[in-house]
Amino acid sequence: MMGSPAKTLRWSIPLAVFIVLVAFLWAGLGRDPHEVPSPLIGKPAPAFELALLHDASRRLAAGDLKGKVWLLNVWASWCVSCRVEHPLLLQLAKTNIVPVYGLDYKDKPEDARAWLAQHGDPYTASIIDSDGKVGIDYGVYGVPETFLIDKAGVVRYKQIGPLTIEALQQKILPLVRQLQQ
Amino acid sequence: MIPELGNFALIVALLVAATQGVVPMLGAALNQPRMMALARPAARMQFVLVATAFACLAWSFASNDFSVQNVAANSNSELPLHYRIAATWGSHEGSLLLWMLMLAGWSCAVSVFSRNLPGALAARVLSVMGLIGVGFLLFLLFTSNPFARLIPPAPEGRDLNPLLQDPGMVFHPPLLYMGYVGFSVAFAFALAALIGGRLDATWARWSRPWTTVAWAFLTAGIALGSGWAYYTLGWGGWWFWDPVENASFMPWLTGTALIHSLAVTEKRGAFRSWTVLLAILAFSLSLLGTFLVRSGVLTSVHAFATDPARGVFILVFLAIVIGGSLALFAWRAGAVGLGGSFALVSRESMLLANNIVLIVAMASVLLGTLYPLFLDALDLGKISVGPPYFDAVFYPLLAPAVFLMGVGPIARWNRAAVPELAARLKWALAVALVSALLLPFVLGRWSLLIAVGLFLALWLFATTAVNLWQRIKGSGRGSLLARLAANPASYYGMLLAHLGVGIFIVGVTLVKGYEIERDVRVDVGERIAVGAYEFTFLGVTPAPGPNYRALVGKVEVRRDGRLIETLFPEKRIYNASGQTMTIAAIDTAISGDRYVSLGEPVGGDGAITGAWGVRIYLKPFVDWIWLGAFVMAFGGFVAVSDRRYRLAVRRRLAALVGATAGE
Amino acid sequence: MTGRRWVGACLFALAAVGGAAEPPSAALDARLKRLEAELRCLVCQNQTLADSNADLAGDLRREVRELALAGRTDDEIRDYLVARYGDFVLYDPPLKPTTWLLWFAPFTLLAGGGLLWWQVLSRRQRAASAAPPSDPVAEARARALLDDEPPP
Repeated sequence: MMGSPAKTLRWSIPLAVFIVLVAFLWAGLGRDPHEVPSPLIGKPAPAFELALLHDASRRLAAGDLKGKVWLLNVWASWCVSCRVEHPLLLQLAKTNIVPVYGLDYKDKPEDARAWLAQHGDPYTASIIDSDGKVGIDYGVYGVPETFLIDKAGVVRYKQIGPLTIEALQQKILPLVRQLQQ
Repeated sequence: MIPELGNFALIVALLVAATQGVVPMLGAALNQPRMMALARPAARMQFVLVATAFACLAWSFASNDFSVQNVAANSNSELPLHYRIAATWGSHEGSLLLWMLMLAGWSCAVSVFSRNLPGALAARVLSVMGLIGVGFLLFLLFTSNPFARLIPPAPEGRDLNPLLQDPGMVFHPPLLYMGYVGFSVAFAFALAALIGGRLDATWARWSRPWTTVAWAFLTAGIALGSGWAYYTLGWGGWWFWDPVENASFMPWLTGTALIHSLAVTEKRGAFRSWTVLLAILAFSLSLLGTFLVRSGVLTSVHAFATDPARGVFILVFLAIVIGGSLALFAWRAGAVGLGGSFALVSRESMLLANNIVLIVAMASVLLGTLYPLFLDALDLGKISVGPPYFDAVFYPLLAPAVFLMGVGPIARWNRAAVPELAARLKWALAVALVSALLLPFVLGRWSLLIAVGLFLALWLFATTAVNLWQRIKGSGRGSLLARLAANPASYYGMLLAHLGVGIFIVGVTLVKGYEIERDVRVDVGERIAVGAYEFTFLGVTPAPGPNYRALVGKVEVRRDGRLIETLFPEKRIYNASGQTMTIAAIDTAISGDRYVSLGEPVGGDGAITGAWGVRIYLKPFVDWIWLGAFVMAFGGFVAVSDRRYRLAVRRRLAALVGATAGE
Repeated sequence: MTGRRWVGACLFALAAVGGAAEPPSAALDARLKRLEAELRCLVCQNQTLADSNADLAGDLRREVRELALAGRTDDEIRDYLVARYGDFVLYDPPLKPTTWLLWFAPFTLLAGGGLLWWQVLSRRQRAASAAPPSDPVAEARARALLDDEPPP
């Protein structure tokens, strides 16, 4: 029944294509198609100058933080999953390894202050982005998100969704230590 | 009790399917007629069992049994009875059971209509279908049990997704699955032929009607889904190249190629291994679609809860079924001869060209659908591939194939003379060309795309007319009716299907070319002029529904100052889920739709009596899109009503009745 | 992705219409609609920016409108969004080395298909001319069996 080897090889093309396809589909199973990686990694963090949550008369600019490694945590009082990562942020704040700045995204300042009073305030300082424009500049498409920014003001890492212990221990903190040297 | 009965029926069905999958296949290999004879009763029994399970699930839905997880998650006691029954196939688990029911139904049908088949071939066909059934039953029982209980029972169900509470969605999945699963018959025939080593014209002849029926169902199912998207998603689109749409379109393209290739294999004995490959591909793409929709590897509108375990299961199943059959193909197909010969210009050569274009088009859709996944898997970034890509690639690919559609049916088998073809078609070409160049001026605006689209459609109409005219001339003497009746139904089916493509192209071309979309803010009493029409917004009033609260807008449509229609677009908030749905109001006419849907109140949620955002669309000839698709499907059904099949069916039924009476 | 707030916003409700306070301009509206129809909403990822009802989509539409009013071209607006969200926002994938395969494969495949077509036909020609002439009577009988359509 066998055809010539050359023919069999030719008729094997569909099988070969299919095997490649299955390999990709298998790889795809382990990935989240909804996650959009940030194009900002390795680029200067977008500039901002926003009022502080706890003192509206003072303002904080991204440039003020040059020279140190810092985390920018995008959060809001209406955001349910922010509560999931909040204990972790509080713990991180206690260790004093890296300062965490909060970007209160599309929120009412009084709601945000009440929320921090209730759940604890891990932030070195919080700024208010009430119309979400800074959020757009940072490519925020859901809350929470966390950016790691180095001494030169370059974005080094972005966590999409709540921070996890694994992400913190395996990715963020080692990177922080390396950048702080 | 009823759900347990259903579950039990599924378990027994699995055992029966395993028997059906293994014993007759062995019997065919060992030449044991008694083992082969097991295939038919097993297929029928499997159908009865799966139908029982399906009825049990439908009963659980109808009787609001919220102790069944699936019912609690997808139904609600306020839901009207017809939607409760339709909710049976509204969830992942239920739709999979529907899929299984279709598979069992098709294999039962094969068992009934396969009396004339050689015993070994019938045994192998039914075995292959049994093995596919084993895979799906395992999948159902182990990862997606539709009868899983909820302890304690929920007091109330979470409701069927409002998007599915629509007549279009009631019929769309059954039709679509009839198509998807119907390709399993052609697949099983192809594998049986490969295993048995007999790939001849008779093989094509047997699998041809099955394929045509499946294709017709798939066509109707896709059209219904597209129509549903048009009026319930509220943005007036009818095709978005979403992965779930592409998942249904790829088997359709391959199935279309298969129908044509089968015609050549049956009539001329050529393209045998190619036809087998297409039969394998059509069903493989149906399976791939299932994987894409239910595994969560792609972002899609489809709301099935995705689960990695399910993804892994289907992928492994896919690898075994498709990989196995392609390996078998690689091993056996080389031994198949060339079959009948034909010339460079002949019906065969044109059908081959049509096949190649269809498969290239299918491959492009596959590539575009999976490309984001490829790049992501290689860590090369995330991209989106959407309508602009598919429009840019797809139309130029298919245009030449549509042109060939006009020539192919007129060309002779084996060898066609170019001068003769040209003489036959010159008038059709002239009429189509001139009208296509002039018509856009009449319709309002000339553009190349519109002219090309119209040309292709008119070309199909004109060549169909030429074809019919020459057939009638050539069908001997006698009255016109007698001459018409002298041609087989399969011929008229082909003409209808090609006509349907033309109608479809008219719709697509004119709606893309001349649609007007206006998103406006209107005050109560305000008049908005769109195209030749004037729309008057008369405000929004609340209205209750069976399981939702609706806000109903009132919009009067005038032309030349005369009231022609009053439209009532709705916005519904469903009680159980709190989800919002937009129901567009559409004034349909053969020349196009006037489409109005409600946006949001300008003053925020509280201000429903004030100004509203409203979408007003004019969609010229849009209904021709679905009309064309239904004509195509109808053509498919006409083709299988052909006398030679009917006679065969009657003979087989008679044999069956005789056999049962004699037992 | 579970728990992220915006997922719940992806009901198939309509996007808020209009929204900006500027005087309406049909030409600008049409231009923005065309542009937004080719941009992907990041929240409701199966909807275009034009159709999406998500909060962020509304913000982005406002942003796009402001940029357009400030005189930016469509390309500049697209670049603005790509700088923030990456190529993911473009439904029309840009031509770059990683998308060469995507853009060129269909037409390469078609050319390959054409070649295959030619090859198959010429092989058959050769096979046909090499094969002994078949028995015309048997052939006619076979055709009668297989083909119940009269020749056209």
